[in-house]
Amino acid sequence: MDLKTLTFLVVGATFLLYIGIAIWARAGTTKEFYVAGMGVHPVANGMATAADWMSAASFISMAGLIAFMGYDGSVYLMGWTGGYVLLALLLAPYLRKFGKFTVSEFIGERYYSNAARMVAVVCLIVASVTYVIGQMKGIGVAFSRFLEVDFTTGVFIGMAIVFIYAVMGGMKGITYTQIAQYCVLIFAYTVPAIFISLNLTGNPIPQLGLGSTMTDGSNLALLDKLDMIVRDLGFAAYTAQKSSTLNLFLLTMSLMIGTAGLPHVIMRFFTVPRVADARSSAGWALVFIAILYTTAPAVGAMARLNLMETVQTGAVGAPDGNLVYADRPIWFKNWETTGLLKFEDKNGDGRIQYYDDKSEAFAAKAASFGWQGNEMVTVDNDIMVLANPEIAGLPNWVIALVAAGGLAAALSTAAGLLLAISTAISHDVLKGMINPNISEHKELLASRIAMAGAIVVAGYLGMNPPGFAAQVVALAFGLAAATIFPALMMGIFNKNMDNIGAIVGMLVGLVSTLVYIFWFKGWFFFPGTEMAANTPENWFMGISPESFGAIGALLNFIAAYVVSKITPPPPEHIQHLVEDIRVPMGAAKASAHH
Amino acid sequence: MSEPTQRQAYWSANLKLVALCLTIWFVVSYLFGIILVEELNAIKIGGYGLGFWFAQQGSMYIFVILIFFYASRMRKLDQKFNVHED
Repeated sequence: MDLKTLTFLVVGATFLLYIGIAIWARAGTTKEFYVAGMGVHPVANGMATAADWMSAASFISMAGLIAFMGYDGSVYLMGWTGGYVLLALLLAPYLRKFGKFTVSEFIGERYYSNAARMVAVVCLIVASVTYVIGQMKGIGVAFSRFLEVDFTTGVFIGMAIVFIYAVMGGMKGITYTQIAQYCVLIFAYTVPAIFISLNLTGNPIPQLGLGSTMTDGSNLALLDKLDMIVRDLGFAAYTAQKSSTLNLFLLTMSLMIGTAGLPHVIMRFFTVPRVADARSSAGWALVFIAILYTTAPAVGAMARLNLMETVQTGAVGAPDGNLVYADRPIWFKNWETTGLLKFEDKNGDGRIQYYDDKSEAFAAKAASFGWQGNEMVTVDNDIMVLANPEIAGLPNWVIALVAAGGLAAALSTAAGLLLAISTAISHDVLKGMINPNISEHKELLASRIAMAGAIVVAGYLGMNPPGFAAQVVALAFGLAAATIFPALMMGIFNKNMDNIGAIVGMLVGLVSTLVYIFWFKGWFFFPGTEMAANTPENWFMGISPESFGAIGALLNFIAAYVVSKITPPPPEHIQHLVEDIRVPMGAAKASAHH
Repeated sequence: MSEPTQRQAYWSANLKLVALCLTIWFVVSYLFGIILVEELNAIKIGGYGLGFWFAQQGSMYIFVILIFFYASRMRKLDQKFNVHED
């Protein structure tokens, strides 16, 4: 069977599975639609959270990012996992005890203010919408690359699938499909990694392979060999630190508190039966996430090594040391046709030179070899994961599986985000502010309509991504870190935090982070409106816009604390509410569940 | 103990535990993985420099252990101070 038919079969089978689950897990009440009846087992919720969290970017792009950043890529690994420690220790159990449906609902009640709730809703929608654009794009890319389906058609198919299970089942349907999607994506990610690790080091466990000795007879540790190869070609050593310590520190911190403050992640912890389950469920989520996140650095380093060795076949500088272009392997040709890999024979010798032509120290050497610039003009990050099975010579069904895995990652994250958006609209805005007396039946209908609307908007934006789509990840994490996380944490840990303090804090965090990002990336990302070029020399103390969320959060905490000291403390019943959420006793019970 | 003082004691025991866990969280990621990374890389475990290992592997394993440690200690505190569910 040819690869295309096989891919259609594998992807089609996973889609049928998702639809089957949707029919089985229909939601009958708002409680089921918003929080899956609070009856999800903590291990199951952990798995669903992992799928919810790991997006198209985690699955497809992260390993490639690490492959080219080397040690500096650690910020993503630590940043996107360390946030779960904060969630488990500082937020999840207390918000579960509170026992309501949305994050903004907690902020609104805790700060006895619809204004606070509205600020939270706006931050939530901005963060979630920006995020969901990337997922829709990921679905389109996966379809067009693996199935040769038109990009727009791909997005439509993705929208239809999400529509079926998210509109019918709400959180309940999404939870059980996410569990299936996790199984698909983790299998698709680890199988190629195991084979590549086995190939290079003889160790089947990639996490150990990364720290093992090469089996190519060089007797070098894999990382030492990689350092040597890239350094010989003028690149910085793989394991060496490239950006400033302060910036790495703050970026990691921003990603951690941003993760803990992302509403679609927090919401998942409303679905478990008990407060104690919320704590352990965060642990399970991190177990399932860490399986992929500890494999990713191995995939990155090994793919980089494979790529360098494919091109640099002999000694650096030797006339026959580089791969003859005409002899390039099949996977090389395959990825050239997609445009993700591009070669340009600058010195006309018919061989491929891949080196760092921006390194001044290496320039003289390169010139003496007769090299006239780096000839691998495009090496897209995404290739590192997508081409892995082909580079390792794995059978076609593994390649088909990677396609299904990428789609599973994008669909599961999209569904979680869409749910966060639609609950904010139907529960926070419609029921919370416009019509508090709406009937259960009508609210359920409204949330389904909101979900359908959100899918259409997300699909539209996925097909017509605004020019700033790539910039917005910084915005999503920055906003979650600088506004939502501090407001939630102070609401639980500081009994005296009042409405004015919290609102001022959120606004200070919001405005400072927005201004800092816009300063270097343009006001509302309009090109040409930036106040200073986005380069390390211009950044305040060398802090990149992506890293500013942590500073925004700090400003939020300080402003809120100072204001709360000079304004009246919260009323008695709010202080009781805080005391009450601090103990597990008396939490709302789960509803009957199948 | 009266109920309010018992809840007070439970809360301060919780805060102590959180402080301990977050200290470890900070040490393995920010201290070992970022601030001291170059110094620790002088120590090798297998083919890994120790600092690099903490940054790309070790910190994540310890995060997982930390959460389960916290969850199990809290379960005991819930019982001890009689604030558990059901």
